[in-house]
Amino acid sequence: MRYDAGVYDDDRTTPGQGRTATAEHSEAATRVQARDLDADFQAIIDTDGRVEPRDAMPEAYRKGLIRQIAQHAHSEIIGMQPEANWIGRAPSLRRKAILMAKVQDEAGHGLYLYAAAETLGADRADLLDMLHNGRQKYSSIFNYPTLTWADMGAIGWLVDGAAIVNQVPLCRCSYGPYARAMTRVCKEESFHQRQGFESLNTLSHGTKAQHAMAQDAVDRWWWPSLMMFGPPDDRSPNSAQSMAWGIKRFSNDDLRQRFVDMTVPQAAALGLTLPDPALAWNEARGHHDFGDIDFTELFEVIKGNGPCNQQRMDQRRRAHEDGAWVRDAATAYAAKRHTEAAATTRSVA
Amino acid sequence: MSDEPRDLNAEGGHGAVPMTGVPTEQSPAQASRREWPLWEVFVRAKRGLSHVHAGSLHAPDAEMAVRNARDLYTRRQEGVSIWVARAEEITASSPDEKDAFFDPAGDKIYRHPTFYAVPEGVQHL
Repeated sequence: MRYDAGVYDDDRTTPGQGRTATAEHSEAATRVQARDLDADFQAIIDTDGRVEPRDAMPEAYRKGLIRQIAQHAHSEIIGMQPEANWIGRAPSLRRKAILMAKVQDEAGHGLYLYAAAETLGADRADLLDMLHNGRQKYSSIFNYPTLTWADMGAIGWLVDGAAIVNQVPLCRCSYGPYARAMTRVCKEESFHQRQGFESLNTLSHGTKAQHAMAQDAVDRWWWPSLMMFGPPDDRSPNSAQSMAWGIKRFSNDDLRQRFVDMTVPQAAALGLTLPDPALAWNEARGHHDFGDIDFTELFEVIKGNGPCNQQRMDQRRRAHEDGAWVRDAATAYAAKRHTEAAATTRSVA
Repeated sequence: MSDEPRDLNAEGGHGAVPMTGVPTEQSPAQASRREWPLWEVFVRAKRGLSHVHAGSLHAPDAEMAVRNARDLYTRRQEGVSIWVARAEEITASSPDEKDAFFDPAGDKIYRHPTFYAVPEGVQHL
């Protein structure tokens, strides 16, 4: 196992601290040190403690976390698109203000998470590059189109509802900065879910056409929401390591079941049905049974063959390029102010 | 299903993302530009409380860092005052020597009031 000292704060200027043997260190001493670091890390994990940025950590733990947090951040940023699509067509000023606040939150969530990834030594510019050149991915759920206004309600209720079930355990994840970012995210997500439910509830109890629109949106978003929990446990080879490291706390299937059990009564309250004839309460299990999920669809979307993959990527790259002048202007202005401040100091002296 | 992605991680917040074949860093030559400097953000939740570390962000200068911090960390009235400090200017104790560094306080339990025996019935002590 190879270690890098966490790269953060003043560690940036002392690369290699914690793994480089100085001249007087013998090879044996280095081995002892590595074993100590190994034990330190394992002790934190064993006692359900929190690993912090500058702690020694296994390289696989660090890289795995960067991968997960970065792709989580990308998902938040791409997740702005399906809903931004409806801001200009929101049916009332109230709904428009809510939707704008929600999309702004998604941007904020992305930024919390990029910052968390940077505590592991990643660079945000690099991560964005890797999103833009397709080497890193974002969640498949955002590759589905938002066809009607009711999709805003369905996304808030189902997609954000599923995200909350996935994300709440991450508030206790073993990596401190990720856990803290997720605590903020989860607080804000509950507004997202509730506003979605309220919006759908209004439509569902509105005119016949509004009710039909709400039902259609739920019909389209139900299965993709269930797929958000990932493949079944027997097809999730990496889960065990992730669980051993305290990053993942519950299995995909457990979380999916929790989401189904939580959502079924909510659907009843909405007066809407869920598009699964196999959905039924199982008294013996104390859970709802539900139908088989077509994971071939999930895998197709992940491979880039979803309905909106190309559109989402094009829009993201365009937004980044269109924003370049703003970033350049801010940089130029900061440089100019810095020069002026320096000149003032000189003239006073 | 032979071309099924074998390694999906559902913890990516909003659902399954692949975890193999995904790089975590680029070679320096690939990086398109350097980021703005990193700032650490401290927020005072309300008068009477200290500023507490809220997170970090990138900004070209201190003034923009404060503005960005307002938008990022106080969207729901979480603060009445914000400090920002360049991350690179923060000096921290080293995690490698944390035991040795904090050891001197370890054996001085007499610094705590609970160290002292108080006779039965004595109050306000």
